[in-house]
Amino acid sequence: MKYLLMVCVDESIEVSEEEALPDAWVEEMDGRGVRQFGSRLRPVSDATTVRVRAGEVLLSDGPFAETKEQMGGFDLIECKDLDEAIEVASKHPGAKFGTIELRPLWEQ
Amino acid sequence: MSPDVEAAVTDAFREEWGRVVATLIGMTRDWDLAEECAQDAFALALERWTRDGVPRRPGAWLTTTARNRALDRFRRGATEVAKLQELAVLSPPDDPEDDDESGVGDDRLRLIFTCCHPALPLEARVALTLRTLAGLTVDEIARAFLVNEATMAKRLVRAKGKIRNAAIPYRVPPAHLLPERTGGVLAVLYLLFNEGYAATAGADLVRQALCTEAIRLARTLADLMPDEPEALGLLALMLLQHSRRAARLDDAGDLVTLEEQDRSRWDGSEIEEGVGLLDDALRHDSAGYYQLQAAIAACHATARDAADTDWSRIAVLYGRLAELAPSPVVELNRAVAVAMAEGPAAGLELVESLEASGALAGYHLLPATRADLLRRLDRRADAAAAYREALDLAATDAERRYLQRRLGEIE
Repeated sequence: MKYLLMVCVDESIEVSEEEALPDAWVEEMDGRGVRQFGSRLRPVSDATTVRVRAGEVLLSDGPFAETKEQMGGFDLIECKDLDEAIEVASKHPGAKFGTIELRPLWEQ
Repeated sequence: MSPDVEAAVTDAFREEWGRVVATLIGMTRDWDLAEECAQDAFALALERWTRDGVPRRPGAWLTTTARNRALDRFRRGATEVAKLQELAVLSPPDDPEDDDESGVGDDRLRLIFTCCHPALPLEARVALTLRTLAGLTVDEIARAFLVNEATMAKRLVRAKGKIRNAAIPYRVPPAHLLPERTGGVLAVLYLLFNEGYAATAGADLVRQALCTEAIRLARTLADLMPDEPEALGLLALMLLQHSRRAARLDDAGDLVTLEEQDRSRWDGSEIEEGVGLLDDALRHDSAGYYQLQAAIAACHATARDAADTDWSRIAVLYGRLAELAPSPVVELNRAVAVAMAEGPAAGLELVESLEASGALAGYHLLPATRADLLRRLDRRADAAAAYREALDLAATDAERRYLQRRLGEIE
């Protein structure tokens, strides 16, 4: 079962590099064969949203929703079931200062 | 149809529905199919048992029949997926505990833990448990929780969809998750019980019957987890509370305080069973939230009257409960017990410090308790002022009538 693990953080919260560093987590999850790929994301100040309406491409600066917490990183993980995905998510350093959303991929 | 057969099917439904559904989900992993096949099997039972007599083992008959229905459907389906499912049903795993680290094999336990999975919203956990384990209809569950049938149906569909799509496992959690998840299951069952217990005499019968369903489910859980003292504790607590149901409301439907209840109307057999279960639980020597509450309920249940009650033990038990699950309401109850054990002055001291903490501001039972203690200390003017304070905060007419009566007694 594949899940998208989205790390949502409040960008205004000060977090030390040490607290946020996911290296140990990445190493463990790569080793277990759980993590397929993933990355930290640049802040929403670098985001661009794209819509097409009536054939016209509309662009705007910033994220698609102006919420306090924004996706700061993501990983695609492959787990046995939701319990394993929860265990994997709860070990991610972002879980301690942000929120992690687990979304199963739409697979047939 | 003979009334005997009807009664046999009704009994079997109550006893076996959860087991049949749980086994079928275990074989097919398809919750809707499992429910439909179980329903078919019970419908067929009415017909066949009338013709052939009630089988010696009704549960086994029902499970086999439901399983055959599932096979029929898969054979008709003829898709690749259906073929695989058919194979799974035809050859159930030799070791039913293959992906189960807990060592508990019963499918009903898997079903309970899956229904009560914390990734599902609480209201869905309650509804799924009632539907799949207790066999209540969607309409009955909707009536019990005072929502319309369409809303309840949607809630169940969504929950089953999440179990399937997000891969919520069908298993008893492994040892490291078990204590936490067991706590979650017990909480759902206790919530069910309290919903029924809070239902008034005039409420829908389905709502009142939630207590019986909760007791039945807690009994199943205690049977399946005999080494889990909190499961025994919860069943004991439910039985001890339920034993007072005939005495706890007066003719007007108002709550009667424990002190004033007619104890001859308490259910002796439920008390006996509850006390016995509690003894079994306490032998494990790991008293938890439900065992402590059951122990308090047992002190009341075994006392001839309020004066005969072992209040010092109750005060100690509330103290331990407060350590385990700190709550100002528990502190208030402890203060009442201390007042009964050591005298009103000692209780008043605790109530006043609780009041100073501000934790229960606006809760009418705080000034009401202080008023009772002041009355017993014969500080009438202070007591009257406290009763008036409580009257201002009381939310229901029944509470106001009670306080007014007390106020009248000292004025």
